[in-house]
Amino acid sequence: MSDAVVPHRVEPNAPAARSGTGWLKRALDSDIFYSFRRSRMTMVAAAVTILFFLLAIFASQLAVQNPFDPAQLQLMNSRISPLWTAEGQSPFLLGTDEQGRDVFSAILYGLRISLVVGVLGVIFAGTLGITLGLIAGYVGGAIDGLIMRIADVQLTFPAILIALLVNGVAKSVFGNRLDAMSTLAVLVVAIGLSFWVQYARTVRGSVMVEKNKDYVAAAQLIGLPAPKIMLRHVLPNTMGPILVIATINLALAIITEATLSFLGAGMPDTMPSLGTLIRIGNNYLFAGEWWIVAFPGIALAGLILSINLLGDWLRDALNPKLR
Amino acid sequence: MLAFTLRRAIQAIGVMIAVGVIAFSMFRFAGDPVNQIVSLDTPAAEREAVRKSLGLDDPVPVQFARYFGNAAQFKFGVSYQFRQPVSNLLMERMPATLELAACATVFAMVFGILMGVYSALRRDTILTKFFQAVSLIGISLPTFLIGILLIYLFSVTLGWLPSFGRGDVVRIGWWTTGLLTLSGLKALIMPSITLGLFQMTLIMRLVRAEMLEVLRTDYIRFARARGLTTRAIHFGHALKNTLVPVITVAGLQFGSVIAFAIITETVFQWPGMGLLFVQAVQNVDIPIMAAYLLMVSLIFVTINLVVDILYTIVDPRLRSTIRRPA
Repeated sequence: MSDAVVPHRVEPNAPAARSGTGWLKRALDSDIFYSFRRSRMTMVAAAVTILFFLLAIFASQLAVQNPFDPAQLQLMNSRISPLWTAEGQSPFLLGTDEQGRDVFSAILYGLRISLVVGVLGVIFAGTLGITLGLIAGYVGGAIDGLIMRIADVQLTFPAILIALLVNGVAKSVFGNRLDAMSTLAVLVVAIGLSFWVQYARTVRGSVMVEKNKDYVAAAQLIGLPAPKIMLRHVLPNTMGPILVIATINLALAIITEATLSFLGAGMPDTMPSLGTLIRIGNNYLFAGEWWIVAFPGIALAGLILSINLLGDWLRDALNPKLR
Repeated sequence: MLAFTLRRAIQAIGVMIAVGVIAFSMFRFAGDPVNQIVSLDTPAAEREAVRKSLGLDDPVPVQFARYFGNAAQFKFGVSYQFRQPVSNLLMERMPATLELAACATVFAMVFGILMGVYSALRRDTILTKFFQAVSLIGISLPTFLIGILLIYLFSVTLGWLPSFGRGDVVRIGWWTTGLLTLSGLKALIMPSITLGLFQMTLIMRLVRAEMLEVLRTDYIRFARARGLTTRAIHFGHALKNTLVPVITVAGLQFGSVIAFAIITETVFQWPGMGLLFVQAVQNVDIPIMAAYLLMVSLIFVTINLVVDILYTIVDPRLRSTIRRPA
């Protein structure tokens, strides 16, 4: 794989070779950044994704109220329509729901929950999948067979079904009244257990190619222990495809969390994610209060679309065959 | 051929046993079944009696064998919420789900193939760009958002279609169908579109890619040289050859359609198995969850098995090269 790339990197006029200053310059001159600059759609998607992350991080500074704090909610302010409509009222940009909760503030806090669950879920799935994939690929034999058979079976079932089952079992084991933080942890585990297969398969494939290369033989020859060879030498050479999977998986994890919350098996009303907000808002659709469901829906759709576009671009950019 | 079929059948049985172990462990270990039956102030001696009567003091392998034997006869125990046998509940709800899944699949195939063929033949028209935008939305938007959007448009704003339920159904034996009444048909439209949209985009992309590939082959060039009409070439020769993978994908996807019906059924309050399952998850009704898992797995495994075997019948080239996947 690297053979195809090398001539590209050592072109005599390549600025990295000329100046030799720092990683930032090298990053700005890289093929990946070049393909990033060429695609306007990707730049917009990246900007929107970063904006969503910033909104989530600074949610408490940007919101006009803390939607989780009942003391800050006033029933007087319930069901106000968005600011630009005739009945709009001033701090409530996107209107309020039936509890007097500001929709904009609720979206900011919900975005935070959705992103936290999504990112943690991807990290959990990635860690589990990479570990099992490394072991399966490097050790081989019966362990490989067992891990991959489990992966095969799991892959025939949709992730949402597995996530729902994990959720239901967790509720049954820990009792039906989990507090919000434990629910969040259960969601992370459910998402992690639903999405590890793809990482494991990809890592296993790369490891089986890499482990026959000379540098692994050299590492074995100088007596490095197997875990160290796997983590320090083989793993870094499999990171490209993993990054692509992780990006696309982030969108899937956010969708899964939102779906579980929408189905009433996710975040509770006291600590709503975007999916919970949509479920709550859905009840007011027939009363004509469309803004309670519309804006969380738009936020969720925009977030997923921009992450998906980034993932598509990353897949093409990291694939040397397409250059 | 026979060896291949047998090997696949044994694999399928292996998967079902694995799923059975999971379902049994959920049933047995996640939440004590006795606690669900007796009340809080039942004395310990009575609890033991109930435990004995349910056979919960037998060795675990014996219990597993009994659970599996019962499951094979579609006896899944009694639902905690409804106090009814789970199998009755599932049978009552199954026609609704299967009908919805079938309609969604038909919708996905008809529109997916039409849009795929069009966008392969007319590559740079506005309509093709529009189809591609629709397919991006179909992949990116969560199912429940599409459902809510449809409800807002066609039920709340325009008032054309009902937003929940199946409408009037006709009972034929144990099967209930909404296909024979006007309100039943109207109620089917939006859930079918919501459920089928993802499969439609999948089929559209597949048909487009396959068509583009086939149109480049020599036999199409030869057909052109023979002076056949464009219509005969495109639909008689090219489309026919793209249909094998399309039917395979649609078949394999039927299982996921049934599983994804969970979401659609919740949005539209469709009285099917998926809605039953979601309510079971919310209320920790383990017997229903375990039974649903077994039923869906059975459908999945059967479809996979049938598609695998059909594939070798349809495409003789595969017969000699099939080996156990590494």
